[in-house]
Amino acid sequence: MPEALDPSIVALYVFVLACFIGYWVVWGVTPSLHTPLVALTNAISGIVLIGALLVAGDPESGILIQFIGFIAVLLASINVFGGFLVTHRMLSMFKKKK
Amino acid sequence: MDFTVNHQALAYLVSAILFIFGLKGLTHPSTARRGNFYAMLGMLIAIVATLLGRDVQSYGFIVAGIAGGAVIGVIVALRIQMTAMPQLVAALHSFVGLAAVLVGIGTFLHKQDAGLLNAVLMGEISAGVVIGAITFTGSIIAFGKLQGLLSGAPVKFRGQHLLNALLALATIGLAVHFAMTGSLLSLLLMTLLAFTLGVTLIIPIGGADMPVIISMLNSYSGWAAAATGFTLHNDLLIIVGALVGCSGAILSFIMCKAMNRSILNVIFGGFGSSSGAGDSAGAQAAEKGVKSAAVEDAVYWMEDAGKVIIVPGYGMAVAQAQHSLKELMELLEARGVEVKFAIHPVAGRMPGHMNVLLAEADIPYDRVLEMDEINPEFPSTDVVLVVGANDVVNPAAKEDKTSPIYGMPILDAGRARQVYFLKRSMRPGYSGVDNLLFYQDNTSLIFGDAKETIDGMNSALKGGGH
Repeated sequence: MPEALDPSIVALYVFVLACFIGYWVVWGVTPSLHTPLVALTNAISGIVLIGALLVAGDPESGILIQFIGFIAVLLASINVFGGFLVTHRMLSMFKKKK
Repeated sequence: MDFTVNHQALAYLVSAILFIFGLKGLTHPSTARRGNFYAMLGMLIAIVATLLGRDVQSYGFIVAGIAGGAVIGVIVALRIQMTAMPQLVAALHSFVGLAAVLVGIGTFLHKQDAGLLNAVLMGEISAGVVIGAITFTGSIIAFGKLQGLLSGAPVKFRGQHLLNALLALATIGLAVHFAMTGSLLSLLLMTLLAFTLGVTLIIPIGGADMPVIISMLNSYSGWAAAATGFTLHNDLLIIVGALVGCSGAILSFIMCKAMNRSILNVIFGGFGSSSGAGDSAGAQAAEKGVKSAAVEDAVYWMEDAGKVIIVPGYGMAVAQAQHSLKELMELLEARGVEVKFAIHPVAGRMPGHMNVLLAEADIPYDRVLEMDEINPEFPSTDVVLVVGANDVVNPAAKEDKTSPIYGMPILDAGRARQVYFLKRSMRPGYSGVDNLLFYQDNTSLIFGDAKETIDGMNSALKGGGH
């Protein structure tokens, strides 16, 4: 049987390669959209919602854990909804001369 | 069909690709809205794929949390004023930070019950919790400073760096202890120390360095998400965290470069201004040998000008003068004057702050130029109107080697034929450095509230001029 690779190493691969993608994509962002960039990255960092769902969604765990999960879901959801909507509001204002 | 872990992973891959395209959309204003939709779709797919997975079996808390978050998020996003965007972003960063802390602690308790703890996992939990905790309290302090609840001035005290170093060491020590033993007490103490560290790291940093701080906390919130991804072995969180972390880091770099300072200098050094506004602005001005002018003087030069460049700064945001500037632009354009706006990267309280405010006032983005684009145009410009900006046009950055801002790239406003500063008082800019441009022969200062001054110009222009 071949030696198994530690999943943390695979995760490290994913992380490092994603950093390279992030580096190249973000340098392409036009400076005039830096505020929407902060708002959008803020919205997508609401992805911790996924982690919160896993904490809140296991009926086997105690009420304390589920409650901690609930607060995390609430906070991350504010980010996701608020972040995307406010980004949309800002981007809608950027217009060319009619 | 059963929704397996493999299906879930494939859905996460689609979602990651959508996030990358979403960020890519911000390359240009014409594709940016589409980009935002891609990112929204990516988030939707990620959430649905997680809910369909086997790990999520009870939905009561989840539905309540998402519904509550949606209501709060939507209300805040619709109500927020564009000038308050830096505060909103700081507040939202703090939520990501706290959510990461809670997910870390929740995961620990969950895995402890299931007997699935090991040193690597607990190390990853520590990383997520510490970064999240620093992001949380750091962002709250940033919010307080931006909202005016805390003093925007740098708060400094003796032994500050030593205190931070000790706090950091103690936090790391507790993290190691926690990873080795799985002690809940160590985890909680570590969290508390990291909360404290967030406060002590951000409190010394002054208001005008906020663009760097916002970018830095943006970056931290990404790293917190990535660390949470390592904890949960969730590749999507790792990818998104890395994207956000990089984005914030690049913005911090750009902001620092625009001030010719290193990130360490912003975090540890920084310059503070402690100038008192004593005498009346006019008296101080005369004493120092600067000319003050009336609104009519500026109007006289502007209405017959070929080209006018407006340089907005934080003062424009404070005075909410962007809508009046739009009117001024239209009135001048109706007289055949070419009007452009020049933006310094660190103008305002967050990256791109001025661009959003000008866009809010319906000023077309092709009139709004970045520093490198517009600098060659100043020598052929008749009038420059500086609205609430100061350090970013100070020639001392080029000429005075002893000046603290020496080496900072500036807008070459002084090369224009006439420069008008709209100022409230003779107070120097944030750096506390006197602006050499004030004493140039072609410079005049117009004292007063920026919005009122511009409205005065607008009515003079409407009145038919001279």
